[in-house]
Amino acid sequence: MSQPLSLNIALVGVGGQGTLVAGKLLGTVANLLGLDVKVSEVHGMSQRGGSVITYVRMAETVASPIIEPAQADFILSFEELEALRWAYLLKAGGALLVNNLQIPPATVSTGVAKYPQGIVSELDEKALGQSKVFSFDAQKLADEAGSYRATNVVMLGAMSRLTAIDPDIFAKAIDLVFPEKLRAVNHKAFQSGSDIIKYTCEF
Amino acid sequence: MDKPANFAGLDRQLLLGNEAIARGAFEAGVKVISSYPGTPSTEITVNAAKYPRIYTEWATNEKVGLEVAYGASLGGGRAMSCMKHVGLNVAADPLFTSSYTGVNGGLVIVVADDPGMHSSQNEQDSRHYARAAKLMMFEPADSQECLDMTRQAFALSEQYDTPVLLRLTTRISHTRTQVTVGEPIEQPRRAYVKDMMKYVMMPGMAIKRHVVIEGRQSQLQKDLDSGLVPGAFTITRKSEKLGILTSGMAYQYVREALPDASIFKLGLVYPLPIEQIRAFAASVERFVIVEELDPFIETEIKAAGIACEGKSLFTLQGEYSLALLNKVFHPETVLDPAYDTSALTPAPGRPPVMCAGCPHKGLFMALNRLKLTVAGDIGCYTLGALAPTNAMDACLCMGASVGMAHGLDQVTDHELARKSVAVIGDSTFLHTGVSSLINSVYNGSTSTVIILDNSITGMTGHQQNAASGLDIHNQPAPELDLEQLCRAIGVRSIYEVDPADIKACVKVIKQAVEEPQVTVIIAKRPCALIPPGIGKKEEVVKLDRDKCTRCQACIKIMCPALLAGPDGYPQIDPNICNACHLCTRVCNFGALKGGNEA
Repeated sequence: MSQPLSLNIALVGVGGQGTLVAGKLLGTVANLLGLDVKVSEVHGMSQRGGSVITYVRMAETVASPIIEPAQADFILSFEELEALRWAYLLKAGGALLVNNLQIPPATVSTGVAKYPQGIVSELDEKALGQSKVFSFDAQKLADEAGSYRATNVVMLGAMSRLTAIDPDIFAKAIDLVFPEKLRAVNHKAFQSGSDIIKYTCEF
Repeated sequence: MDKPANFAGLDRQLLLGNEAIARGAFEAGVKVISSYPGTPSTEITVNAAKYPRIYTEWATNEKVGLEVAYGASLGGGRAMSCMKHVGLNVAADPLFTSSYTGVNGGLVIVVADDPGMHSSQNEQDSRHYARAAKLMMFEPADSQECLDMTRQAFALSEQYDTPVLLRLTTRISHTRTQVTVGEPIEQPRRAYVKDMMKYVMMPGMAIKRHVVIEGRQSQLQKDLDSGLVPGAFTITRKSEKLGILTSGMAYQYVREALPDASIFKLGLVYPLPIEQIRAFAASVERFVIVEELDPFIETEIKAAGIACEGKSLFTLQGEYSLALLNKVFHPETVLDPAYDTSALTPAPGRPPVMCAGCPHKGLFMALNRLKLTVAGDIGCYTLGALAPTNAMDACLCMGASVGMAHGLDQVTDHELARKSVAVIGDSTFLHTGVSSLINSVYNGSTSTVIILDNSITGMTGHQQNAASGLDIHNQPAPELDLEQLCRAIGVRSIYEVDPADIKACVKVIKQAVEEPQVTVIIAKRPCALIPPGIGKKEEVVKLDRDKCTRCQACIKIMCPALLAGPDGYPQIDPNICNACHLCTRVCNFGALKGGNEA
């Protein structure tokens, strides 16, 4: 890395899916890299099954904690509909990582709205320029690693393959953020996320 | 996992603004913190409780919290009370007069505003309190400043003999930024000396104290104008074409959008260093004030006869952003997005819903069936106003439901009381509902009050309260008995019901509203997110496909654990199901069963 790293990462999903912990992990990664970092979270009412977003900005200096439209290098979406909702944040040439999970919102279960079909292929087809969409069943991979709760770390593992950040830094961050009994599961989840990108795309 | 991570080889920690304030209080030698939870301020007190040398507690409401902190200050120790913006309305009474008496040990009141209303019922700007109560107010712009200004606020509180306000916004409270922590100071308790003229605010003494505080304010103004108050402001001189006056989170947007502008950044947002600002304004061609919510600074600046631009360029509503500043200052900015959003399928909304197993849902389904007028209150259960229950008619502020129900009763000569109820959570009831219930009984109300007793303060992230039997450290505490309390007030008719039992709820509510006296229904079931409310995994609901008619009555209760599958059959997510079995009660075909019955 001759030029200091600068990354805007939006973590989006449904309240309770683990975006807060993923944000804390990324913040720790930035800290270990010696970068400035801001992690902006959502607490309170929006957590109750609503749409949630955690913004992570790391660079030599970070002022605003918010990622503006067309400013995100990465969007990690823990759910398909949320990928569609927040896609406007992605910049041309950015990457959208989608967990293949559909959680119908209240508006759909009450029949007020329909859950859009084929979200991932739509996002893939309509991506402009060099923007890329990756989708995979992160929850299944997390389950296989030992707990569906590690879905967030699978997503981070996948993203790590698309950055120049040394995977050892992520490993160190996992050790710092998680208590000992959860570390093994999360290292495994991180690795399977990293592998899924290796198997699904060519560099 | 909630403890700040310590980074080997790095002295920087990644702290929420709220965590940094708790750290600042620890470093300042604070002895007592008494607060009522309220998003976005809650984590300050939650984190302060992790420092053994600080005495922390959950107070029954913000007024009590501030009075406890005031008493601690009177006794010579440094003390703090933290609340959300609307909490300061509750604490306004002690706030205004504490300004007259001043302090003994340093006293800091932290108030967190919520621009954009992420989790609040209004968007009020607490800076007005600083002017109205004649108190100085700090506003940090990141977590490091949260820590530093907390320490600063205690020093100034003692130096100027005044309580000091520290104002946050949601974005400051809930953003993690890097912090270099300091060493805690030893702050010996000051001696308590009886001083009636200073601390007993009767007219004769208060008349004299008013003179003292006006003197304090003019001394502070002189010191500010001379640049003698540390942390009050910083000036970054760059372009002479554009100068910005700003503070708090708005400063971060300015810094990024306008890297070439000269910036006058306020640390103290009241009172203002007017003469310093006058000189700065005179040194730039264009002078603009960037502040979220009300034109508070702008009004002060204009009153001082300094020409400026402000709200004419921006908005009174919501949070500011880099995009908003770019729109004003760089309208030529072209975005390079990955998507033409107008070409994407619109995403259906995802409003927050009651959690799987939430004890409030069954009760609200009963209210929905009865088509009652419901005076609501503040808590998770305010979601009962939304689909699928749609069972709330009004929600105003903490504790208001009980008084509203009494007002509805009296204005219709007791007619509406037959068709209406108040609903209020256990913590909200103890916060301010209880005084209203006393009023209702005393004044011959015939209203019905349903206390949703989930044995926790849920909405803000599970804080204990006087009725939960545990203290802030989850240690056993005296457990208030809601039924005994209501009896002591004079309520003669009290029912208890399981809110998950819809039929039982319907029956008891029907009966209660008919009674010509104040009636209380205690709907008791613990919150499903924490022990003992979490359901047993072996009791999660299972589907009998042979009996299911795919009517989707279960889907319509909008439980996050129940999804309609592509084949029309409900799918139960065993990871999310909390085994409340509410869905089994709405299934007319016996197709859904709890694990033990299945």
